[in-house]
Amino acid sequence: MNEKVISVHNLVKKFGSFVANDHLSFDVYKGEIFGFLGANGAGKTTAIRILSGLSRPTSGEVIVAGYDAHKQPEQIKKNIGYMCQKFSLYEDLTVKENIMLYGGIYGMKKQLIRDRTKNLLERLRFEEYGDRLIASLPLGLKQKLAFSVAVLHEPKIVFLDEPTGGVDPITRRQFWEMIYETAARGITVFVTTHYMDEAEYCDRVSIMNEGKIEALDTPAGLKQKYQAGSIEEVFIRIARPGKN
Amino acid sequence: MTTKTIISADRLSKSFGAVKALQDISFEVAEGEIFGFIGPDGAGKTTLFRIITTLMLPDEGKVTVLGLDCVKGFRELRKNIGYMPGRFSLYMDLTVEENLNFYATVFGTTVKENYDLIADIYSHIEPFRKRPAGKLSGGMKQKLALSCALIHKPALLVLDEPTTGVDAVSRAEFWEMLKKLRKHNITILVSTPYMDEAMQCDRVALIQEGKILSVDQPGKITAGFSRKLFSIKAPEKYQLITALREFPLVNTAYPFGDSVHVTFRDDVYDDSLIGFLEAKGVSGVIIAETRAGIEDRFLELMEKK
Repeated sequence: MNEKVISVHNLVKKFGSFVANDHLSFDVYKGEIFGFLGANGAGKTTAIRILSGLSRPTSGEVIVAGYDAHKQPEQIKKNIGYMCQKFSLYEDLTVKENIMLYGGIYGMKKQLIRDRTKNLLERLRFEEYGDRLIASLPLGLKQKLAFSVAVLHEPKIVFLDEPTGGVDPITRRQFWEMIYETAARGITVFVTTHYMDEAEYCDRVSIMNEGKIEALDTPAGLKQKYQAGSIEEVFIRIARPGKN
Repeated sequence: MTTKTIISADRLSKSFGAVKALQDISFEVAEGEIFGFIGPDGAGKTTLFRIITTLMLPDEGKVTVLGLDCVKGFRELRKNIGYMPGRFSLYMDLTVEENLNFYATVFGTTVKENYDLIADIYSHIEPFRKRPAGKLSGGMKQKLALSCALIHKPALLVLDEPTTGVDAVSRAEFWEMLKKLRKHNITILVSTPYMDEAMQCDRVALIQEGKILSVDQPGKITAGFSRKLFSIKAPEKYQLITALREFPLVNTAYPFGDSVHVTFRDDVYDDSLIGFLEAKGVSGVIIAETRAGIEDRFLELMEKK
């Protein structure tokens, strides 16, 4: 697991005089599940926008899927997948139409889209839902489908922004099993969440505070270093210094 | 000592077309309790809270709040309930101070009169009192919305998912604030989709698809887990889960953070497990018995249905 798919060195992003990302440096490896945590306003969204080719760094080196975030953001976009809780699929299109749309956006050939659609629906045991509108599906099914669509084009990395908010415990576990399966196939999974128990599912976790990465290690390593029983305790100590 | 009953719900049902949002819901909340409804999106939490706050009528059943019928006594009741809906109902183009004054005026009181009640909470955002609510961070909006819901000194505070989308630090602070409200003898009804927050409540109801699965103190709910639970770890998590599911003695296997929580058919496993996993390519396995949490119990109750 030594191939780097994200390599960030001294990333700085400023908005006017405000430093949103203050010299971030980290690497993420092929097939890794990487948790990206931080308080509201810590600078996570800014960093993710840069990593996904939507915004340029002010300075520093950022290589994602082998491409430079300064010069090749369009190449980055083609080689990543993205899913967030708030928006993922078009509610007024059917399951198949959504898959066709996303496959088309990623420039996949029609035959390939058809093959992957069949495969995807079988794997999720979704065959009967193919022609149903997204709006008519329960939340849990939508989330699982959205994740499958985000990796339809076999990207090198998939970014998940609070993917399991509000789903029931069984669906949440099925979702994490899909994440494990995807990572085992060699796709890197980059996850943000406010919920610290989710962090414990990750291979490694970084915690941001005020634009800086304050900690980065395996969940077990972080708990040991901060002598804490959970990642939640570690997080609170980092993001609320002095009070604990 | 007999405690006063603040909420008494008897066989509540509510449907929207074919969707049964609430089915036969009964529970009681005592004075001064922090009572939590824990369940996923779509479980019926918001519908239930709207009925309790007199904003919606049940199809069947009866709810009494503060001794008043929710349907007939709604005018009187509304004066004594503080409600914080899921999407904080703040006026984004009014400042922090203007929002608070507005809510105080609507309820016929002043900020000054009940300031002691909100002082702990409002002091965090008072430095920003001239800022429009729309320009506050999520954590600050949450504190302002709570201040607004409390400013008329309600006997019952109803909070619909107050911590959703808020970071762990703000969430921890929020629960500390709710606990401090106890000394003012305010009863709190709160909902959350996050199981770990159950431990912050005096009693909780687990709710799923419009039905209550269990109501009790959080410690008693977890004690209700009916089997021996084992935590199994290995470096290759995905292979571990799939292999465990194939082992004949395994009853359930769910990922839980860095481990897999497993129950066995007769609560025991034998030495063949390690060999079986190794044959499947899973090595470095660590097995330990563990205590069930709220989420383990919730999963067990969901499976029984």
